[in-house]
Amino acid sequence: MSQQNRLAQGGRIDRNRVLNFSFAGQTYKGYEGDTLASALLANGVDVVGRSFKYSRARGITGHGSEEPNGVVQLGTGDSTVPNVRATQQELYSGLVSNPVAGWPSLQFDLMSYLGKAGAMMPPGFYYKTFMYPQKLWMTYEHFIRKAAGLGKAPTAPDPDTYDKFNQHCDVMVVGGGPAGLSAAYAAAKTGARVIIADEQSEMGGHLLTFEQTINGQSSSLWLAEMVAELNAMSNVKVLPKTTVMGYFDHNFLVAIERRTDHLGERAVSGTRQRSHRIRAKQVILAAGAQERPLVFANNDVPGVMLASSVTTYIKRYAVVPGHNLIVSTANDSGYLAAIEWSKAGRNVVGIADSRPHSDGALVAEAKALGIDVWFGHGVMEVKGGRRVYSASVAAISAEGDRIIGDVKTYDCDTVATSGGWSPVVHLSCHTGSRPVWRDDIIGFVPGKALQAQHCVGSIMGDHQLADCVHGGLETGSKAAAQAGFGDGELLMTKPDIERLAEGKAQALFLVPHKKNVSRAPKQFVDLQNDVTAAGIELATREGFESIEHVKRYTAMGFGTDQGKLGNVNGMAIAARSLGKSIEETGTTIFRPSYTPSTFGALAGRDADTLFDPERYTAIHQWHIDNGAVFEDVGQWKRPWYYPQPGESLSEALNRECLATRNSVGILDASTLGKIDIQGKDAREFLNRVYTNAWSKLAIGKCRYGLMLKEDGMIMDDGVTSCLADDHFIVTTTTGGAAAVLEWLELWHQTEWPELEVYMSSVTDHWSTMTISGPNARKVLAKVCHDIDLDKEAFKFMEWRNGSVAGVTARVFRISFTGELSYEINVSANDGLFVWEALIEAGKEFSITPYGTEAMHVLRAEKGFIIVGQDTDGSVTPYDMDMGWCVGKNKAFSFIGKRSFDRPDTQKADRKQFVGLKTKNSDEVLPEGAQAVWDPKQAIPMTMVGHVTSSYYSAVLGRSIALAVIKEGHKHKGETLYFPLADGRVIEAVICDYVFYDPEGERQNV
Amino acid sequence: MLHLFCPYCQELREENEFHYRGQAHIVRPKDPESLSDKEWGDYLFFRNNSKGIHHEMWYHVSGCRRFFNVTRNTVTYEIYETYKIGETPAVTDKEETE
Ligand SMILES: [Zn+2]
Repeated sequence: MSQQNRLAQGGRIDRNRVLNFSFAGQTYKGYEGDTLASALLANGVDVVGRSFKYSRARGITGHGSEEPNGVVQLGTGDSTVPNVRATQQELYSGLVSNPVAGWPSLQFDLMSYLGKAGAMMPPGFYYKTFMYPQKLWMTYEHFIRKAAGLGKAPTAPDPDTYDKFNQHCDVMVVGGGPAGLSAAYAAAKTGARVIIADEQSEMGGHLLTFEQTINGQSSSLWLAEMVAELNAMSNVKVLPKTTVMGYFDHNFLVAIERRTDHLGERAVSGTRQRSHRIRAKQVILAAGAQERPLVFANNDVPGVMLASSVTTYIKRYAVVPGHNLIVSTANDSGYLAAIEWSKAGRNVVGIADSRPHSDGALVAEAKALGIDVWFGHGVMEVKGGRRVYSASVAAISAEGDRIIGDVKTYDCDTVATSGGWSPVVHLSCHTGSRPVWRDDIIGFVPGKALQAQHCVGSIMGDHQLADCVHGGLETGSKAAAQAGFGDGELLMTKPDIERLAEGKAQALFLVPHKKNVSRAPKQFVDLQNDVTAAGIELATREGFESIEHVKRYTAMGFGTDQGKLGNVNGMAIAARSLGKSIEETGTTIFRPSYTPSTFGALAGRDADTLFDPERYTAIHQWHIDNGAVFEDVGQWKRPWYYPQPGESLSEALNRECLATRNSVGILDASTLGKIDIQGKDAREFLNRVYTNAWSKLAIGKCRYGLMLKEDGMIMDDGVTSCLADDHFIVTTTTGGAAAVLEWLELWHQTEWPELEVYMSSVTDHWSTMTISGPNARKVLAKVCHDIDLDKEAFKFMEWRNGSVAGVTARVFRISFTGELSYEINVSANDGLFVWEALIEAGKEFSITPYGTEAMHVLRAEKGFIIVGQDTDGSVTPYDMDMGWCVGKNKAFSFIGKRSFDRPDTQKADRKQFVGLKTKNSDEVLPEGAQAVWDPKQAIPMTMVGHVTSSYYSAVLGRSIALAVIKEGHKHKGETLYFPLADGRVIEAVICDYVFYDPEGERQNV
Repeated sequence: MLHLFCPYCQELREENEFHYRGQAHIVRPKDPESLSDKEWGDYLFFRNNSKGIHHEMWYHVSGCRRFFNVTRNTVTYEIYETYKIGETPAVTDKEETE
């Protein structure tokens, strides 16, 4: 039978548009306007999942974001989305959905299997069952993560596009019910820029399922007019299908708009979802209230629903989710479900109202329809597996704490409950504000506003339509005034709305059972996390008194659920068990995200290279054309090595290294950070931030310098050249450029503003190419005719202005390879031209481009450090045997100097920079390998240092390594051992860190 | 995401234009060599862990590249004022000035 629960008339659905969809492999039909949940209920689908801990059958309970059970995996393949609430997913043609709980399938369930294997899984099972033995934690964790994770993330890249809008407004209204709409309307009339968002597909909130008269006409007419008017105003942005998932600092809100999710699994055109990043001057929270279920025995059996959800399915979707209804309520609003059910022509068995009486309008209407009302009663227990088949109704005490009479059992298939209304305080909690309990409305309301925030409507416990509309208008106008629009006086008259007579609600959370809580059948508080009343009582008995601890112990309100249905009931049960009031017990704090958000919406277009840009040098295309393999250095793409056809990494590397040592190599060094420093105090500034002395550095000279943090540890290094008495160019490591500039600015701006010094990053302005090797001068001489390259005229550690290949250039004679080297800097625009000219000039010397890997090997052969590889922020210049570049006699106590005298930097057993030669010369130590003196000692061994750099050196015909070893300098010649994870132990002898040309003759030729 | 008023740009800008640079008003000792190890250690390593009013430095890295100070409440994240380097805060915690 198709859509057996669908009514012939009514609802906000289009019966002419039939949509086919599938759930758990079965195909069904629904209508446009349905949600997946309403369509499933229309087709009589009772079971939508299995509970995660006890593996019990579960059905649809709610109708919105509060739904704990109907959580599905939507779609297939790359565009699949986990954690979608069936109650929020609009139906589209061809929709494919599957249950996500009950891993790995509805038939075979891991958790029930574990349950049968003996684990009873009491609350705290995370901490108790799985803590010991610790060795097995990894295994347990694997299972828990699978079991607890609702749904599967797609493994392939998301094929859809998402985007982000940065929005600014004067008044942001969250919630499009009567209060929110009124607030937005009043604010907009002042001229303020207004955004109003609602998570449902239509604005209207409660008015979509409930009618009352406003100014003598139907509220649905008022609603339609209001929405039309807001849509027509140019200063208002109306965002339906948009969930405000987080409310952050300084009135910053993130709202996720689902733009095409109602049309199909993939966006046919445009973006699938959009995140609005909203900075609002004033925020109005009109998020409404969520109905709270009553807790009773077996209240998780399919067929047990929220009363307001039953009403919504009937009114909005023309679906009556059953045939024989019993309502269990502690207030008037629960009656509405029975009234609509009865009007739909199906049988209401009766209404169990826990209160002694009520004179409310709805109560009178129900009685007039001939519905049985049992005051002083509650549904104590239902029976059923895959669907409710009976309910036990008991007379309960006025205090609601015990059974005082006979228990009658009635046949029924649906039980609708209402325990009251819990204001949606989530967003207010996101700002750090603690909710406040109010006995008069039996709920928590948002606490003191910490930001420019207002709350109105049922979020404040005001459920009367008149209060919502009138309060909304006043709040909207007040917020606009505070944002600078209008004087707060209403610009319209308040509509005339009749107040409905309402009986006082009772504070009932757990319907008592004949047996006490620990012996009664399970009474579920949090359906998604399978937390029971007995579990909460057990937690308090075990000594958890803070509600935050009870939450963590039981997992109540965890995960994607965020305690929407269960939290208040849980607090109330915990409070009673602790003998405290709810006010004293307090509540836990809700955190973003309000409902699960997709990564796509959060990332927007900031994916791949738009998230992490790639930086290329001016010579990049040449590297590609010549077969370079690239490596990432920060955001830069640098040639790693240039394999020739058929060459392996090590073959290419050896060739590049040997070519540089024996003839000439060329390196694109453009990524090196370059900071231009000018001003009459530039020299003094350098004296303060570098260890070296700069006072005597003459124009035309270069010097290698070390930069320390104030704790004495090496932070960066590079060569600084004097261009003029008041002009220097500083080079930094490729990765450190931005941080060094910030560091220099910090000291200048905050400590020494009196120094006249200006600095600017010029990294991208220059192309830098290094030619290195015994034939470097010959190559340069062919393309550079205006610089005297004679070794006495242009010495090592000097620089000259001139032209290279006809292009204005700065040529630095500095070396990171230990060979005769020139670093040629030209305007980036000319970089590729000059590079190609050098390649051409170098042909007769077989000039060889080399990448970063060869650069690393060549510098390691010389014992030159790389900051960040051989140093890690915990070594001083002395540890690195670089005392030679510390200017001890400088007048100013440079940054870090005082720390050389700290007890820590004076310690005798500091790690020191040394070389290592493995016993087996072919064996290359892994970088990071830990050193021990005695490999036979018991685990954990005493580690005395580690390998920082390690390579095979072609020119030496053996492996080399650099390391930091405790007291390494005095242990030269001794043998260290490196036990590896795979069980091997590598033996190596400590040696000097300069492996090649220790006298440094080759760079001075 | 914080909304910070840069006292140099004279505009409210989003937090991701800025870098946080830690506690403000830590002055480098004029003569570090004259300090005891303890005094130097205090300057180097010890910072307030204020609950409430906190003066801190921010850097407008993607803007004017200037450092400035912020008085912020570490509990509510409310920002009371921003002011230039060298200026004194108008909002202070009484206990702090002891
Ligand atoms: Zn600025």
